[in-house]
Amino acid sequence: MIVRHISFEDRMDTVVFDLSPTPHITVDGDACQGCTTKVCVSVCPAGLFVPMNDGGVLFNYEQCFECGACYLVCDGLGAITWHYPTGGFGVAFRRG
Amino acid sequence: MTIGFDIVVVGAGPAGSLAALTAARAGVTVALIERGPYPGSKNVYGGVLYARILDSVIPDWPERAPIQRWVTRRSTMVLTEHGSVAMDVRGDAWSQEPHNGVTAFRSEFDSWLADEAVDAGATLIPSTTAIGLLYDGGTVVGVRTDRPEGDIGARVVIACDGVNSLLAREAGLYDGFDASNFTLGVKEVIGFDKAEIDKRFGVRGREGVDIETLGGTSGVSGGGFVYTNLESVAVGVVLSLAGLRAAALRPEEILRRFKTHPSIAPLVEGGELLEYSAHLIPEGGLDAMPELVTDGMMVTGDAAGMCLAAGVFLEGVNFAMATGIAAGETAAEAISAGDVSRTGLGGYRRRLDGSFVLPDHRRFQRIPRLLLSERVQERYSRFVVDTATELFTVRNTAPKVGLWRIMGAARRRYGVRWRDVIRDGFTLIRGFK
Repeated sequence: MIVRHISFEDRMDTVVFDLSPTPHITVDGDACQGCTTKVCVSVCPAGLFVPMNDGGVLFNYEQCFECGACYLVCDGLGAITWHYPTGGFGVAFRRG
Repeated sequence: MTIGFDIVVVGAGPAGSLAALTAARAGVTVALIERGPYPGSKNVYGGVLYARILDSVIPDWPERAPIQRWVTRRSTMVLTEHGSVAMDVRGDAWSQEPHNGVTAFRSEFDSWLADEAVDAGATLIPSTTAIGLLYDGGTVVGVRTDRPEGDIGARVVIACDGVNSLLAREAGLYDGFDASNFTLGVKEVIGFDKAEIDKRFGVRGREGVDIETLGGTSGVSGGGFVYTNLESVAVGVVLSLAGLRAAALRPEEILRRFKTHPSIAPLVEGGELLEYSAHLIPEGGLDAMPELVTDGMMVTGDAAGMCLAAGVFLEGVNFAMATGIAAGETAAEAISAGDVSRTGLGGYRRRLDGSFVLPDHRRFQRIPRLLLSERVQERYSRFVVDTATELFTVRNTAPKVGLWRIMGAARRRYGVRWRDVIRDGFTLIRGFK
């Protein structure tokens, strides 16, 4: 049998999210400009941080696991403001 | 207007639901708020859920809890790139009462436990996030939720709000909160026919397997796991956050490589990916725990860092449940005595001291950091696997070489120093003796 490789999009499509109308995490682009490591990009298990050509980081709060890894590893002092989503919204694991 | 309860419990995980159940049975009014649409919707675990602590509060849980399988085979494996050494324990008696560990879906298990709290008289309020604490002077007197006019007053708040523990941090109970005390778990649940799972893992009926590994994580400190549900297999890796940030490797890529390891691949290949998930784990042990009590509030479960990551012992849900029971009992007692100050809530720590919760954490205080150290992860693991592999390799080109010489060669190959072995061995013995 061959180990099946699935795309990251297909992987994320297995997870149920109820999208909150307001973002629960905000990222301060100015702080990211000066950050050389941008470890959020590789650490986030949902791949929500994308490095930009201008030195910034593009962040999308949709499909967030609400795990907290991003703010714990962040090198840009205080760049990430982290909260839980509004009650009832966000990720809903069925087989966690 | 502020609605009021005797107790508000924040978070309907195993700690919260048992705090609510215990307090409600003692006759006080309890609100159990949960930010997810249903209890367990935000929760992930990895391996085995030990539920014997439920004997004291829900004696017939083995008949009623929504479990997937009874764990009857528990394996601890050291992985290197090309091999592994395992200690494989088959506790066939664990398939009967008294059972040992179980596997479950947290959406089902946590929802069931919350229903038990509701049956005991607690009021479950789902889809409601606590956004802050209410204070009267220095005493916590309730929580602010994100509902319109959503303040809930209470004589005691029990924070069961999980690993990120925003409430315990707001109350100033954590002295430092940083990446070095946490691991990131990522998990896949892969669907198979039941017969295929039974065949691959050598079990039948409701018997189940949990395999925990040290290493196998692409050079990032951590380990992995494989466990069986009824019709799915869960496979995941648990990665030190500090190691992950330094490695610049993506977690799902480390998991993909773990799944291709020759000792793991035959168990998990094929099937259909049913769900990908991730969660933080508080693996700092005793040193990373916050203050457990302040005026009007107690902290339990993951929110209090109550997770035991000591190699062969990997436990968390049982600690959450035990702290929840202790907090629920203490809150009801403090309310009837009319003293909810930190002194009045002092029974919480005394209960944890008198149970397995704090003694187990004290015993293994130094183990979590040792197991995530470079020596254990990179050197000792290769030393052990190489030694065992060489021992079992039959060459017959010359008489067998003694174990001492095999170990000596492996020791030199990986720069394992005697003084480290002695020191680390002493740490291990102090924990496990």
